[in-house]
Amino acid sequence: MPWRSLYRDLAMMRFIARLCLAGVLLAGLALQARAQDLDAILGKFLTDSYSDTDAGVTALAASGAPTAALVVEALANGRLAFSEAEKLVVINTKDGKQLDAKTGKPIASVPADLKPVRINNRVRRAIDAATGSLTLLSPDPGRRFQAAEAVFKARDASALATVEQAIEKEQFASVKKALVEARAAIRLTSPDTSESDKVAAVEIIEKRGDQDALALLRGIATTASPIVKLAAETAIAGIERRLALLSNVQNAWYGISLGSVLLLAAIGLAITFGVMGVINMAHGEMVMLGAYTTFVVQEICRANFPAETHPHALDWTLPIAVPLAFVVTALVGALIERGIIRFLYARPLDTLLATWGVSLILQQAVRVQFGPNNREVGAPSYMSSYFDVGGISITYGRLWIVVFSIVVFAGLLFVLRVTPFGMKMRAVTQNRRMAASMGIRTPLVDTLAFALGSGIAGIAGVALSQIDNVSPNLGQGYIIDSFMVVVFGGVGNLWGTLVGAMSLGIVNKFLEPYAGAVLGKIVVLVLIILFIQKRPRGLFALKGRAIET
Amino acid sequence: MMTGRFFAAGADRRVLVMIALLVAAAVIVPILSLGVRPDSTLHMPPYMVALTGKYLCYALLALSLDLVWGYCGILSLGHGAFFALGGYAMGMYLMRQIGSRGVYGNPILPDFMVFLNYPKLPWYWHGFDMFWFAALMVLLVPGLLAFCFGWLAFRSRVTGVYLSIITQAMTYALLLAFFRNDFGFGGNNGLTDFKDILGFNVQADGTRAALFALSCLALILTFLICRAVVTSKLGKVLIAIRDAESRTRFLGYRVESYKLFVFTLSACMAGVAGALYVPQVGIINPSEFAPGNSIEAVIWVAVGGRGTLVGAALGAVVVNYAKTFFTSGPLAPYWLFMLGALFILVTLLLPKGIVGTFNAWRESRKATEAANAESAALEDGVGEPKPAE
Repeated sequence: MPWRSLYRDLAMMRFIARLCLAGVLLAGLALQARAQDLDAILGKFLTDSYSDTDAGVTALAASGAPTAALVVEALANGRLAFSEAEKLVVINTKDGKQLDAKTGKPIASVPADLKPVRINNRVRRAIDAATGSLTLLSPDPGRRFQAAEAVFKARDASALATVEQAIEKEQFASVKKALVEARAAIRLTSPDTSESDKVAAVEIIEKRGDQDALALLRGIATTASPIVKLAAETAIAGIERRLALLSNVQNAWYGISLGSVLLLAAIGLAITFGVMGVINMAHGEMVMLGAYTTFVVQEICRANFPAETHPHALDWTLPIAVPLAFVVTALVGALIERGIIRFLYARPLDTLLATWGVSLILQQAVRVQFGPNNREVGAPSYMSSYFDVGGISITYGRLWIVVFSIVVFAGLLFVLRVTPFGMKMRAVTQNRRMAASMGIRTPLVDTLAFALGSGIAGIAGVALSQIDNVSPNLGQGYIIDSFMVVVFGGVGNLWGTLVGAMSLGIVNKFLEPYAGAVLGKIVVLVLIILFIQKRPRGLFALKGRAIET
Repeated sequence: MMTGRFFAAGADRRVLVMIALLVAAAVIVPILSLGVRPDSTLHMPPYMVALTGKYLCYALLALSLDLVWGYCGILSLGHGAFFALGGYAMGMYLMRQIGSRGVYGNPILPDFMVFLNYPKLPWYWHGFDMFWFAALMVLLVPGLLAFCFGWLAFRSRVTGVYLSIITQAMTYALLLAFFRNDFGFGGNNGLTDFKDILGFNVQADGTRAALFALSCLALILTFLICRAVVTSKLGKVLIAIRDAESRTRFLGYRVESYKLFVFTLSACMAGVAGALYVPQVGIINPSEFAPGNSIEAVIWVAVGGRGTLVGAALGAVVVNYAKTFFTSGPLAPYWLFMLGALFILVTLLLPKGIVGTFNAWRESRKATEAANAESAALEDGVGEPKPAE
């Protein structure tokens, strides 16, 4: 077996060598022909007529003259000039030299009647197409790829020969694919391609499957012969199906991403509301404080470990900020509970007003301390790039926030299910007086629950600092959405919050393409207001026989 | 809990005092503004008239809120929406009155519609060129919204903080909607640049004075209506609902009907407040729907004293006067601290508000006086001991 494969390799090499030889011979022949043609082609630039310039550009690209790329580039940038008297086309280089367009060498005497070659939109299109085909043979694979894409979009029939040539030489699979697609696009639009070739081309383009392919096929479907038309229409349907599926998957992902942000923002609210029946209007400000904690950590980090000497210092700010934000906001939360809320337990509506006052004070304090404008919070390296899954680009920042919110949710579930404190909290949620009778110190549980809820809001703020503007108003943007999540999901059950947050996020993102972002949000708010009629205590309501007083 | 009887004592005299004050203001302010020469110290500059008129509109809003919150226990965090809707209805009338005097000179379309390439007037703008229609809409639109919203909410027994939260969501949704340009209400900029109201120049001193007097009148009228509602039998049921909703229901009252009535009535009043507010400040824009505004209105009521009517109006004027005073001075950055502290301190230390605390203090003084008199009489042996019941 190895022998046979070696033999095959050798045969392949021989074939390639022959091909190269043939290529060189052909190129040699072509060169001779070109030298004669070049004068004629450059002559087109001397007439000061758009249609001649247009033809000249196209011919130049097809000629493969060594100066062709230079000439086209100069023309595109308005640096190509001509002298009618001396029949000379001149390239003005960027550094002010004058080159002969035919030879590429500096010219001895600059003609007196130099005029720039003028271009219009038609010529510009020709230039784009020419640039595409000229760079198809560039040694840089990235540029070759771009050129192939440009040819695909321009579909200039004159580039076909160059594309064929490039396909044969191409080593990189991805570039080769782009080139084959470009060739298919040219063949499809050219009138002198056979039916079967066109159908084959349609298949190639269908595999590409993006919006450009769709646009091309739609253009074909209106004009082509019945067979090609049928093939094109089938292909269009296939691409549309795939694109629709892709956009659904993408919407679902965006929805999950938004849902996880809502979950982070709302889960602390759900705890305090569940345990104490208290609406904390200052909850959004806890989120804001968490975000500012991140900002302060980064400022300290920048001051003590400058990026020049410690390139990875920024990466450590988030792991430091998360526990710190938790501690800071939990302390503030405990302070609010001890100082204000515990006096108002019999009057939940008054709590709402008092905590609104707290939120005003916290916002203004931050505004006075840090200024009213957005503060810059940097994204560490692991948050800033993105990757591609089957046509959907996923940013690492969003991905980590989804993961983070799941971790926080699981951690909270663990605390509530397993720890003694969690057990006491659940007991107080279910029946406060009974829990108190069993010896649970309900005031302590209240304080700790409030601190816990606030602390989670703080770490939500760390996450939000990565995707939103860190300003004193940060919390206000989330507070109503968080309320909606809690009202929708019901209190006293973390799963309700999870389901509430995710469904709100996903519904929001699926409505957005139809209704726009703002209208989508309005629709969601109206839906919740209607939903609450049906289930006034949310999706996952605590069941009980107690009568609300 | 507090009961209706609690405030009954001495309330009638205070009502008379307040009405007398408002009537006096309605007469004196226009005289000071129009009748006194501008160089006199007694002259009231036109901006002052508009500012005071604005306070009166806020007082009207506070009154409407006190009716639902103080007497029925419905804490609406969306009353700003009704206020703003009334304001928009009036604003639409004022916009139509501009006619061809706008920047683009279009006789039918307001400027912003020309700017946004509206081919013709949207259907909901028709009729607003007539004052009576606009005036009807000022009552009808907030009333209808409150009716639908309340019908849905009260019937399914959404109460307490849940109700507060969804009223907040309601005004937030409207805020987002009115910010949209294609919603047909001027988007971000709202409605402004008014010229005439009923043929009089909005900017003229005389019109301002008239609007001020009208605001006083509206406040008196609303006050009397509120007074009539809360002292009637219906008012007693409302107070019962506030203090023990389930018990009232068990006694056979249709709680949701009572709530719906008072909520709708209150929304209409808030709409009137908005309609009087707009010509005096000369603009209405979506920020009036901001949830923060509605909560601020709640604190006016809390400061003045919920469930006192007089207190709500008083609270609105006091807090807004303080706001104007502080935000125009060097203390401007500290105003939000003060407002926040006001929220906290009033709820913690002064839950009955200024008027409520004053009432309670007088009650207790009267009670001690009566007790002193009784014991003094007993010691002297003059008074007969009361027979056992």
